[in-house]
Amino acid sequence: MKKLSARRRHPLAAVVVLLLALAATGGLYTAFAPADKAQADTSAQSLAIDEGKKLYAVGCASCHGTGGEGTTDGPSLVGVGAAAVDFQVGTGRMPAQQPGAQIPAKKVIYSQAEIDQLAAFVAALGAGPSVPTEEQYSPEGADIAEGGELFRTNCAQCHNFTGKGGALTNGKYAPTLEDVDPKHIYEAMQTGPQNMPSFPDTTLTEKNKQDIIAYLDVVNSDDSASPGGLELGGLGPVSEGLFGWIFGLGGLIAVAVWVAARTAKAKKS
Amino acid sequence: MSTTTSTTDPRRKAPAGERVADWADGRLGIYSLAKTNMRKIFPDHWSFMLGEICLYSFLIIILTGVYLTLFFHPSMNEVEYHGSYIPLQGQLMSEAFASTLDISFDVRGGLLIRQIHHWAAIVFLAGMFVHMMRVFFTGAFRKPREINWMFGFLLFVLGMFTGFTGYSLPDDLLSGTGVRFTQGAILATPIVGTYISMFLFGGEFPGTDFVARFYSIHILLLPGIMLGLVVGHLILVWYHKHTQFAGPGKTNKNVVGMPLLPVYTAKAGGFFFLVFGFIAMVAGIASINPIWVLGPYRPDQVSTGAQPDWYMGFAEGLIRAMPGWEINLWGHTLVLGVFIPLVLFGLFLGVIALYPFIESWVTGDKREHHILDRPRNAPTRTAFGVAWVTSYMIMLIGGGNDIVATHFHLSINSVTWFVRIGFFVGPVIAFVVTKRICLGLQRRDRDKVLHGRESGIIKRLPHGEFIEVHEPLSQEALHTLTAHDQYQPAEIGPAVDENGVERKVNGTQKLRAKLSNAYFGEDNQIPKPTAEEYKEITSGHGHH
Repeated sequence: MKKLSARRRHPLAAVVVLLLALAATGGLYTAFAPADKAQADTSAQSLAIDEGKKLYAVGCASCHGTGGEGTTDGPSLVGVGAAAVDFQVGTGRMPAQQPGAQIPAKKVIYSQAEIDQLAAFVAALGAGPSVPTEEQYSPEGADIAEGGELFRTNCAQCHNFTGKGGALTNGKYAPTLEDVDPKHIYEAMQTGPQNMPSFPDTTLTEKNKQDIIAYLDVVNSDDSASPGGLELGGLGPVSEGLFGWIFGLGGLIAVAVWVAARTAKAKKS
Repeated sequence: MSTTTSTTDPRRKAPAGERVADWADGRLGIYSLAKTNMRKIFPDHWSFMLGEICLYSFLIIILTGVYLTLFFHPSMNEVEYHGSYIPLQGQLMSEAFASTLDISFDVRGGLLIRQIHHWAAIVFLAGMFVHMMRVFFTGAFRKPREINWMFGFLLFVLGMFTGFTGYSLPDDLLSGTGVRFTQGAILATPIVGTYISMFLFGGEFPGTDFVARFYSIHILLLPGIMLGLVVGHLILVWYHKHTQFAGPGKTNKNVVGMPLLPVYTAKAGGFFFLVFGFIAMVAGIASINPIWVLGPYRPDQVSTGAQPDWYMGFAEGLIRAMPGWEINLWGHTLVLGVFIPLVLFGLFLGVIALYPFIESWVTGDKREHHILDRPRNAPTRTAFGVAWVTSYMIMLIGGGNDIVATHFHLSINSVTWFVRIGFFVGPVIAFVVTKRICLGLQRRDRDKVLHGRESGIIKRLPHGEFIEVHEPLSQEALHTLTAHDQYQPAEIGPAVDENGVERKVNGTQKLRAKLSNAYFGEDNQIPKPTAEEYKEITSGHGHH
């Protein structure tokens, strides 16, 4: 004991004590902590709703409230329906990264199975539009020209002529519709996410929605034709003017400089 | 068989070309014309070719425009579309829109010609803007060229309206929105607005007349006036002779450069084809005004991102930035939110148009000027010009506030507020900063003249001092840097005349003296080095 007590003021004494304490705590924890039992799914028939509820508690409840009743940070989810969940989570908008004027689309972090479970839970909170089936949103056999007219009448004032997107007030915006999944376009029209008004079947019928989806498929997707050449973003005269100034006039001035620099030989002789 | 070898044999026939020329000379007097004009001299500088870009793009617009008229139907009759563009099949539209679709998809070369026509218009207006700024910043608008400045200005303004009536012709959703915008501006004019609108559109908007009317204005009235002005502009350039930058051998009385024939005939002729080729290339690469995705105009539809072509963009900006004020009195509405921008539109353009007259009034200079100013040597004018361009550019941002907002992830409201404040503050900052830069450059020129160019070589003197070796400038460079005139600020004169009687000084004289001082006063220009200063400093005393 004398040896120990003699060394108790050694500069490393504190470190040794700390290490011992840590080892003891760790050892005790491993000894007494509940064993991580392999959780066999004892209730194989557990409803998607239950699973969705768990996912909801982790990813959504902090803003939308534990029962989906909404808080100051997020709206109530009672009655928004499965379609809204499928759109918001399926495009990566939800869960939100941070509050703001508008929640942007980002990388999707849930699998489709998890999204379906979440949707089932939210749908159980109150009746709302359900996720559309493929024949509902498929552009097959729809009237493209009719869709164009409907798009210009109902959508273009925010999303631009061909759905390139546009600005709304105070930092809000209508996003580009380029290459958006037809299902998500359908759901967005059905549920009116975030700043968008909703267009239920009483406003735009299922057929109307299909037409719009078909129109967008033709004019605003990766493989839509641009007969005139470079689209310049499809934004109209602003990008055309910028291109005209920089490449049109800029190029011509470069040509002028080139011509002016090549003067007649007579000067040298 | 002739035995004479003389080449002056009257019986021998002159070559065919000479005979044609003789014939023409007898009727048109081309020999004396050619004698005086073929050796006309033009100075060489790339910025003197900006006007050429405008002239050539104007010609390209006329040529392609003629082709388009062959296929365009200026009619607002409603038709059902059955052409080759699938997404509009079966849609109801005006004949104007349908024929533009046909030009784009069913007429051989139609889309290319349409795009050359439109891109050339964009370049034409941009070229005129830059040309005008070149003339402004080099002081080329001074006597005797004020009238030609006005011609050029009118060409720019008429070009704006020709462009507007032109892009409105296809009767597409974008241009229809623009026509509605214009009608709104017309309606905002007190008293006469409603009458003008009813007259122009033949009744309520949009009616069935405006495409046909705009067509006449676009292809006949405005281009006719513009063609006349272009000819007048060129005649005056010819008559005044071209200006030149200062340099050795260049005086106010001569023009140093190359003769029209053969040098400039070849250069300018070649440049026309370069311009045409370049614009055709741009038109082949980039789409412009794709009316097929815009759709036919219907007053109940509108799209976001609805802007006019760039040259009307600052007008759009004025409206977008203006708060929506209005006054309601005795059952009448005065829409200040639109009327004030309309007035500003005129004032803003008018200021730059009248500037030459303002400057000549301030300087009181009645001499002719054929030598150009370097912008730094006219700091107040340069600063004013930059301030004007700053306002213009800020308004262009205002016109595209939604595109700016979405692409820079900003709030459209913040962009609008930036434009509102920037329209007033921006030019002031630009004015002050530009003037300081000009004065700094003047000081540097002065230093260069008096002390030579800094060579970057550091020398150590026997007593240990380090100096940088300055290389004296060449005589040519010295001349170029000191050739400009410097005005003295105008004085009002003594307060009392020689008899001790108080002189009457009116407000205009006071204003002129004040402005003159702002232009040429002590702190507003750096006195250029005099010959004495130069001699003293280069004679060896105190020289480093």
